[in-house]
Amino acid sequence: MTDTMRTHGAPARGPSAAAAAVTTGSANALMRLTDPPMRAVQRLIGAARMPYIFLLPNLLFFGLFVFLPIGINIVFSVTGGTGLFPSERPYVGAEHYARLLDCGSYLEAGSCREDLFWRGVGNTLTFTVFQMVAMVLFSLITALVLNRPIRGRGFFRAVYFFPVLLSPVVVALIWKWILQRDGLLNAVLTTAGGEKILFFVDPGWAMFWAVFVSVWAHMGFYTLILLAGLQAIPRDVYEAAEMDGTRPWRVFHRITLPLLWPNLLVVLVLVLIRSVQVFDEVFVLTGGGPGTATMMVVQYIYTTAFANQVQNFGLAGAASVLLGAVLFVLTLIQLFLTRRRAS
Amino acid sequence: MTGKLRRLLLARRGGASWHWTDVASYAYLALGVLLMFGPVLWLALSSFKTPAALLEFPPSLLPMAQSEVSVPGYPQPLPLFQVTMEDGSVRELAQVRRVGIVAQMVDPAAPGQTIRVPADRRTPVRHMALAVENYTDPLTQFDFLRFLRNSLVVTVVATIITLIINSMAAYALSVYEFRGKSVAMLGVIGTLMIPITIILAPVYLVVTKLGFVDSLWAVILPGAATPTGVFLLRQYMLTIPRDLIEAARMDKASEWRIYARIVMPLSMPALAVLAIFSVMWRWNEFLWPLAVLTKTEVHTLPIALNAFQGELQTQWHYLLAMTVVTLLPVALVFAFLQRFITSGIANTGMK
Repeated sequence: MTDTMRTHGAPARGPSAAAAAVTTGSANALMRLTDPPMRAVQRLIGAARMPYIFLLPNLLFFGLFVFLPIGINIVFSVTGGTGLFPSERPYVGAEHYARLLDCGSYLEAGSCREDLFWRGVGNTLTFTVFQMVAMVLFSLITALVLNRPIRGRGFFRAVYFFPVLLSPVVVALIWKWILQRDGLLNAVLTTAGGEKILFFVDPGWAMFWAVFVSVWAHMGFYTLILLAGLQAIPRDVYEAAEMDGTRPWRVFHRITLPLLWPNLLVVLVLVLIRSVQVFDEVFVLTGGGPGTATMMVVQYIYTTAFANQVQNFGLAGAASVLLGAVLFVLTLIQLFLTRRRAS
Repeated sequence: MTGKLRRLLLARRGGASWHWTDVASYAYLALGVLLMFGPVLWLALSSFKTPAALLEFPPSLLPMAQSEVSVPGYPQPLPLFQVTMEDGSVRELAQVRRVGIVAQMVDPAAPGQTIRVPADRRTPVRHMALAVENYTDPLTQFDFLRFLRNSLVVTVVATIITLIINSMAAYALSVYEFRGKSVAMLGVIGTLMIPITIILAPVYLVVTKLGFVDSLWAVILPGAATPTGVFLLRQYMLTIPRDLIEAARMDKASEWRIYARIVMPLSMPALAVLAIFSVMWRWNEFLWPLAVLTKTEVHTLPIALNAFQGELQTQWHYLLAMTVVTLLPVALVFAFLQRFITSGIANTGMK
């Protein structure tokens, strides 16, 4: 999603000529249609002001669907009632924030007034910690293995990568089918002499599979970033180490890890930003259950604003602003790290 | 021959000999193939099973169905069993009915005589059978084609809009120097920090005001301008030689013509990468459509699948088949454009 701030090379120029030839016909027609009015605009405002025209559509979209909503969100968070339009909503000040933050003890969700929100926060934290460790560990191992002189590297890279492109709903349904009571995994377990496990009835197992499925679906993406980093390490550094008879572990510890560190850091922050917003896969896989054992913050916001009987946009808005503040800080860190890596 | 094969299989790049780390690497990769491909393969195999076969435990690997045979004198086809007779011989018999622990069987070759055998002496005769109706039924019984069409419309229209407006912005930010350029850049970067997850309700309000609720435009428009798209294209456009643009200006080409006839064709590779990403984003998008598309007629495939898994709890056979259909276009795109996608991601670090 993010991290386009690097300055290194853009994708290779490939089949551009062929593609251009195919589109020439329709492009000519489009040109005849669009050039005269744009030419008139240019005559009217001058060539120097044309960039504003080019920027206009994008900024209009950003304004309407990003910047304006941020403002409305803040308005939502300080107004009450059930109306959607700000004019129908009475001002309530910091009431929603107070309600969200009203806790006997922040370590005990049950002691909070809005206990579902805090359960969501707790679950998201648990999920984030486990998923970060597992994601970084497995994508690092996979990248290291794929960086070795193995046969069929392209094939194996594709194998780890393809789930990244699957719809989260598809991913969740694939695993739901395997993990259900009479599913493949329980068949394997019982043939091996074990007992059937009701994975989605046990809170611990549900969280485990939520993390597992997310790692399964996304590790290919991070593997690719780390692999690109590994391949950028100059060969002669390794050759020199080999010449000196350096032991493999020491090579990893003293050469690979430090040189890969910038990429690793970016991966860490990206995983963090995504985990904090986790929703899709977990929601379809467990529905937030059993009970509220895998209900994440975003699910709380979605439910509060859209799925509950009474749509509470104010409370959802306040929770969004809090989540947004966390994401803002995390993204600043990410931008800072990518900037530093680029320079 | 075997020597050659052995050499082919065991040779390492660089001709060095095998080390335990090589074995470990290949073992890890083999496990990876099983873990990554296995579930998808299992989904595909399961999607061809009949509801009865899906209920079996432990499940069979391939889609199997019990063989049936029509026997003269019986209106319905009868299920076929393999029966171990008392003398130890094995015969294939059709079952007429089962009463408690005794089954009444009939030999298809000699239908006149019923044979009574203990029920535990029979095992069903099975053959591979693909339940294609799992795929064809949803087409007629549910609005599956409509969901497919909705997903296609959203994906195609949104990708076209994304390509046009993002390339225009990227062109402005890469070719020109103008007042407010850094502010515009900051604005684009700023949107990186605001994922749709935290502005669901207000975007819903905007979409309502614009009158797009429960139309596909509600899904198409809000994500059309993407900061990643702008940056990807801008990065690429920066590498286009300035002389080309200056020469066109000398020839009195309008700024619009330079954008459309020079910069756009030259940016084809970057546009292709963005197009692929946009298709993936849109085809898979879930949370926002879930919030904004409440009417069934406008559901896209992921939303329809999610709704089905609630409603069709017992109808896994349809659900699995529809999941395969949702997965298929992505699998095809990936099969053909794998190199493009992976190098695009490795180069930009975006997804």
